[in-house]
Amino acid sequence: MAIKDITLGQYFPGESAVHSLDPRTKLIGTVIFIASLFVVDSFGGFAVCALCLLAVVKLSGVPLRFLMRGLRAVLILIIFTAAINLFMTPGVEVWRLGFIKVTEEGIYRSAFMAIRLVLLILGSSMLTLTTKPVTLTDGLERLFRPFGKLGLPAHELAMMMTIALRFIPTLLDETDRIMKAQMARGADFESGNLRERARGLIPLLVPLFVSAFRIAADLAMAMEARCYRGGEGRTRMNAVEFGKGDYAAFALCAMMLAFAILSRKLNWF
Amino acid sequence: MQIRVESLSHIYAEGMPFETVALEDINFTIESGSLTGIIGHTGSGKSTLMMHISGLIKPSSGRVYAGGTQIGLKTKESREAARKIGIVFQYPEYQLFEETVLKDVSFGPKNFGFSPQECEEKAKKALELVGIDPDEKGKFSPFELSGGEKRRVAIAGVLATEPEVLILDEPTAGLDPRGHREILKIIEQIRRLHKPTILLVSHNMDDIAAMADQVLVIDGGRLAMDGTAAEVFARREELASMGLGLPSTSSLLSALAARGMEIRTDIFDEDEAAREIARALRQD
Repeated sequence: MAIKDITLGQYFPGESAVHSLDPRTKLIGTVIFIASLFVVDSFGGFAVCALCLLAVVKLSGVPLRFLMRGLRAVLILIIFTAAINLFMTPGVEVWRLGFIKVTEEGIYRSAFMAIRLVLLILGSSMLTLTTKPVTLTDGLERLFRPFGKLGLPAHELAMMMTIALRFIPTLLDETDRIMKAQMARGADFESGNLRERARGLIPLLVPLFVSAFRIAADLAMAMEARCYRGGEGRTRMNAVEFGKGDYAAFALCAMMLAFAILSRKLNWF
Repeated sequence: MQIRVESLSHIYAEGMPFETVALEDINFTIESGSLTGIIGHTGSGKSTLMMHISGLIKPSSGRVYAGGTQIGLKTKESREAARKIGIVFQYPEYQLFEETVLKDVSFGPKNFGFSPQECEEKAKKALELVGIDPDEKGKFSPFELSGGEKRRVAIAGVLATEPEVLILDEPTAGLDPRGHREILKIIEQIRRLHKPTILLVSHNMDDIAAMADQVLVIDGGRLAMDGTAAEVFARREELASMGLGLPSTSSLLSALAARGMEIRTDIFDEDEAAREIARALRQD
């Protein structure tokens, strides 16, 4: 059940302006968005960031309800952060029960951190929701290519990520299949104490590892059969170039960052 | 055990943008001790249907009964009934995990709470049934065996639980002709000795025509046809539109009939087909 709820890292098919942006634009845009969230030190600043995000969401056609579902997976983290800030911040006491006390500063900080975290998660979800994993690693490879001169194997790293992402669904299917096959033979993955449960995983993990190695060997052979020799001199089938939309996106991001810095300097709210 | 499926539907990822209807309003009955062939294009929902019958997944709506007990509920009776249904998945050799062949085949009985001696007895019996000598190969690691042997050991792993309903999901996929024949022989043997209700999913129309008492055709998540092999394979055009072929005997006989020969087309046995062709030729 839980796997289905995680929209973080999932792709939402579409053909909107946001979907068709260069992956590099979206990567840099996300980094700027995250940076803005950390520059901002007021609720007013957050409102600006949230408005920008909302505009991107509307433009992308991703339903807001679907986006919010991604928060469910990290709800505990958000509540935990909010609670820590609420009870641990020293300052003017508002309410007290035994050694637990709530301060004015605590309420402010707690709300502040919760909003930052929520915006952070929603913003980064938008990147993966509107970009296919393979396009995303493509973008990463091109962004990191200049570092190749310093010895960073950008292509190899991107290829590893592409393959890893590509095989997540395959391995999930395989896990599901093996689990069902063993369940049909009476295997129990759900009851018993921790020790029994760990032991119960052996009938799942052994075949899964065997499958993973088999798939890896097959893939290596298929790649070599098509003369794969690493990144040098390789060209792309879908070469992406910056277009009008990308420049507009950059302008928007720059404006948001400027607002964030300004809001800090001018001490809004 | 009789199997009854009532208005069964299954929807994947309900309420999500990727929602897909895998099965829609399926109804049929399978008699105890019969062999039913299930055919359909890849992705038609056959495997999903088989998982419902073995109680491994829960239907979005509808019910599955085995011997009068509803399958897939949390009650004790429902679980007891589900135990009597064994399912051999596609490429079952990928489920092998134990150190020795004998241990792997004993896994099922062990989970069902039989004593170590009983488990070993059942495992040995199952291995003999699939033509593997437990004394010779029982101590081997399952990963040392050949592809065909692995497949047979995995089938034995399901047979060791002594199922009253045996579901086989493309048991011959990816095997060479000899491996293919061996699996068919094993199925015949199981039928003769234990008379379970068998559901055989296959792309091989010859096997289906030769063995099945009843044939179900699944197309796009719906039950398109339900009848004897002769009834189903007579609807040649409809099958072709679903991307399904005919058994080799009937496709030869239909080709001859299309050329104007007066000949029966509902014969699935090679010798009988040869005699029918000879008869038709003499008549001309």
